[in-house]
Amino acid sequence: MTDKTVIIGLEIHCQLNTKTKLFCGCSTDFQGDEPNTHVCPICLGLPGAMPRLNKQAVLYALKVAKALKLTVPEVSEFSRKNYFYPDLPKGYQISQYDKPIAEKGIMEVDDDEGHPKNIRITRIHLEEDPGRLIHKTSRDRAGYSLVDYNRSSIPLIEIVTEPDLRSPKEARRFLNKLRSTLEYLEVFDGEREGSIRVDANISIKGHNRVECKNISSYKGVEKALNFEITRQRNLIRKGQRIEQETRHFLEGRGITTSSRSKENENDYRYFPEPDLRPLRVSGWIDDIVLPELPDARRERFIAQYGISENHARTLTGDLKVANFYESVADADPAIAAIWVADILLGEINYRSMRIDDVPTMNIGDLIALIRDGTITDKSGVEVLRVMLDHCIGEDVETCEMPADIVTRLGLTKAAGDDFTAEIGKVIAANPNAVADYHAGKKGAVNFLVGQVMKATRGRADPKELNTAMADALKETEE
Amino acid sequence: MVLENDVEGIAKLADIHIKKEELGEFTSQFNHILEYFDILDTVSDGEEGKADLVNVLREDEVTPSLTQEAACANAHETEDGHIRAPRVM
Amino acid sequence: MVKEYFFEKTDRTNAFITRLDLAMYEETGGPLEGKGIAVKDNISTAGIPTTCGSRILAGYVPPFDAHVVTCLREAGAAIVGKTNMDEFGMGTTTENSAYGPTTNPHDTSRVPGGSSGGSAAAVGDGMVDMALGSDTGGSIRCPAAFCGIVGLKPTFGRVSRYGLIAYSNSLEQIGPLGQTVTDVNTLMSAIAGPDSRDSTAYDRPYTHTPSSEIAGMKIAVPEEFFGEGVDPTVAESVRNAIGKLEDAGAETMACSIPSMAYALAAYYVTCTSEASSNLSRFDGVRFGPSVETKRSWHDEYRDHRGTFFGKEVQRRILLGTFALSAGYYGKYYAKAQVARENVRKDFLRIFKDADIIAGPTMPQIAFKLGEKSDPLSMYLADILTVPANLAGVPAISVPCGTVDKMPVGLQLIGRHFEDERVVDAAFAYETEVI
Repeated sequence: MTDKTVIIGLEIHCQLNTKTKLFCGCSTDFQGDEPNTHVCPICLGLPGAMPRLNKQAVLYALKVAKALKLTVPEVSEFSRKNYFYPDLPKGYQISQYDKPIAEKGIMEVDDDEGHPKNIRITRIHLEEDPGRLIHKTSRDRAGYSLVDYNRSSIPLIEIVTEPDLRSPKEARRFLNKLRSTLEYLEVFDGEREGSIRVDANISIKGHNRVECKNISSYKGVEKALNFEITRQRNLIRKGQRIEQETRHFLEGRGITTSSRSKENENDYRYFPEPDLRPLRVSGWIDDIVLPELPDARRERFIAQYGISENHARTLTGDLKVANFYESVADADPAIAAIWVADILLGEINYRSMRIDDVPTMNIGDLIALIRDGTITDKSGVEVLRVMLDHCIGEDVETCEMPADIVTRLGLTKAAGDDFTAEIGKVIAANPNAVADYHAGKKGAVNFLVGQVMKATRGRADPKELNTAMADALKETEE
Repeated sequence: MVLENDVEGIAKLADIHIKKEELGEFTSQFNHILEYFDILDTVSDGEEGKADLVNVLREDEVTPSLTQEAACANAHETEDGHIRAPRVM
Repeated sequence: MVKEYFFEKTDRTNAFITRLDLAMYEETGGPLEGKGIAVKDNISTAGIPTTCGSRILAGYVPPFDAHVVTCLREAGAAIVGKTNMDEFGMGTTTENSAYGPTTNPHDTSRVPGGSSGGSAAAVGDGMVDMALGSDTGGSIRCPAAFCGIVGLKPTFGRVSRYGLIAYSNSLEQIGPLGQTVTDVNTLMSAIAGPDSRDSTAYDRPYTHTPSSEIAGMKIAVPEEFFGEGVDPTVAESVRNAIGKLEDAGAETMACSIPSMAYALAAYYVTCTSEASSNLSRFDGVRFGPSVETKRSWHDEYRDHRGTFFGKEVQRRILLGTFALSAGYYGKYYAKAQVARENVRKDFLRIFKDADIIAGPTMPQIAFKLGEKSDPLSMYLADILTVPANLAGVPAISVPCGTVDKMPVGLQLIGRHFEDERVVDAAFAYETEVI
């Protein structure tokens, strides 16, 4: 149930998918590389180095602005946010303050009753990421930090919402939709480590607001918000005051703790970055062509493929899944929807695989085998598991094709004649069950069918088998 | 007019250690200078200048980075390619 | 072909922080081939320590060259060393250096001016023909005037600042100092032009041969440049110099720059604000004197800056921090930007009718060492040089006689991107008096 007294606003930091950093030409592709190997005088903040703005990052921010229906002001500008921390090499972060790249937009999301509502977007601004800190402790030292500046100056957009969200679930849905929209725009890769970080402002109506900082997963946002709501409600119940403060979310423990800093202690002394020139890009927005976005694609899937809204929603929630579906839908859109949305996603999730790892051609073949009645659904799952366990990562050419797996494992659907003999054997071997059946215990038929299924290892079509079994039992009545 | 504890507060915000015995001198110099800055109060509100050079951007093309050795060359303490810094926890 | 350059001149004014007795240069056929050039120590030089006159950068060796240094090397220059300066450019005398004060080559009991005092003294004392300095609020022109040499602050954006260790980004420019206008012109030709690494730089190369033909040039003389605080004998020297320009065919007219009333305040609010942010990176982690990594970050950061920054630097960081802080931004920083725009407008108005604005570079001759002990009185000495920085226009100082045997500088200010005309006016004066 949505609680109208819960007030949530989000600040979402998303890493843009550019080749180079926001203010220098160092590559952003550093995952798995040695520390401090994707750095230069600019992102190390060496004296005398000057920032150079990445055009692609600006275009990506504008793309997001257009998709979320924001207005791009005539002039926007970069500012310095001054604070001191060892992962911030210049002692300030180049960000945007009073002249962000875009303002005032909306995104529609379903509330907890399933009704669509608009969440207002306050602004979007561009900024650079700090480096990465590792905290070390050792017996002889009081502890120290290690800094890797590979992440320093990675481009981020910060998307700020109005306090329009009313529940942790709603917040989660908003984030999922935002992620999916950003992926459709091809400006964001949600699978990159640290690609999204959220600060959540949360309050109970009539009480002070608390900011929860640095939540780094979608699940974490819901957890942190649930924890905060409970904590704040308990305080209110006990008649205690809710401090306006910043709290940190401890992902591992699922709790928030006070960072002992009052909000008004932060005086970042923003002023315009004198080493960069202003942007005048409001005219550029007209030239940006948006791809089909999740809502539009969902509607099209329903209309074009005649699939259910639920399936369409699942399939379009992730750009790669939607693309995957469309490339296998030709064989039979309805069967393909079931196989991708209900079966394949579960199987790859179980294996911690990604949809990219699955060759569409093979799944297309598998769907055709099912459509043609060559194998049963149950056998289909078996073939799929063999494929996922053995074929993935191999060259599509050398990978065993579904038809070959079917032949090798003898999974071709048992035809009528094939299991008439099995039915006879099962009836002969289970006189008690047959007697129960004739005594009116209709459930006994399920046991007998199960025995045949076992014997044919799922190769029999359950529907056909049921009919044949009923016929065979009728014959034993005389 | 700022007082010694105002200057202490600014030093805290600036994160610079000012010796107690120097605080008095700093404060009196500060007041002289701020008094002089008061002339800015006579400037009526107006517009800031408009920039003639805008949209200075670079293409998203990778340029070579420094080697780890060069990046760490001026640092005093390193560990496994990281640079050591004072503790924050 | 790499060649050796032996730099054997005695440094009697403490002009250098780092000197290379054996400097190398490339036979490039460039205009500076085989010339020994001194570079201010806030300009990054790959492989040569760059300290900004500060203890906080002791031992720092940049892994890259500033754009202008690359230009010098390409032009065939031998970089003979890094010159002394007020710490981070914060001063008017070159006394605020962690490496001791530089003295004036004309009288070693006096200051050479600042903050590019080392560069000016090295040229003034004949150690080198040319040197690079930087000018945030007069730091090239002031020491040029005090040391009796020529110094040009180019139009903002005409020379790339890439590699210049920032003090106040929106005000400062790298520029040439030389014995003669011709030398300054040669060095300016080598360093000006586009550089994509400085986003505020324009694509306006400088290829110019100075001309003394100034007949019909209109020169405006602002009353404020001869007002209160300007030594009458200095004013007289400068008026005589302007008379020489009239002899050469220039027309003069009176003018007024009302915004001079608050220009200096606007300047100091702007430069201290930017400095308070620029100087945050000196944390001892990636470069500079070592920090104790087992202490807590804020304790160590605070003490590091308290220990290794000089008093004037600390004072300016505090002033700038205050000017930007919540509740004061509007009164100081924002107001200063409006004031700055007013200065620009005053210049644009005058330049509708005039080609050049002329007046003294400094209100006085070189001070005695230790004479300006109060910070505010030191700041006030910059009153005639800061307007050009606030407006971003080019300005040159050229020697125009002496007072008490000390040199006086004539300042000539021009329109945006008319550095050439400023050089011509100075060249005409130089030609007239020789």
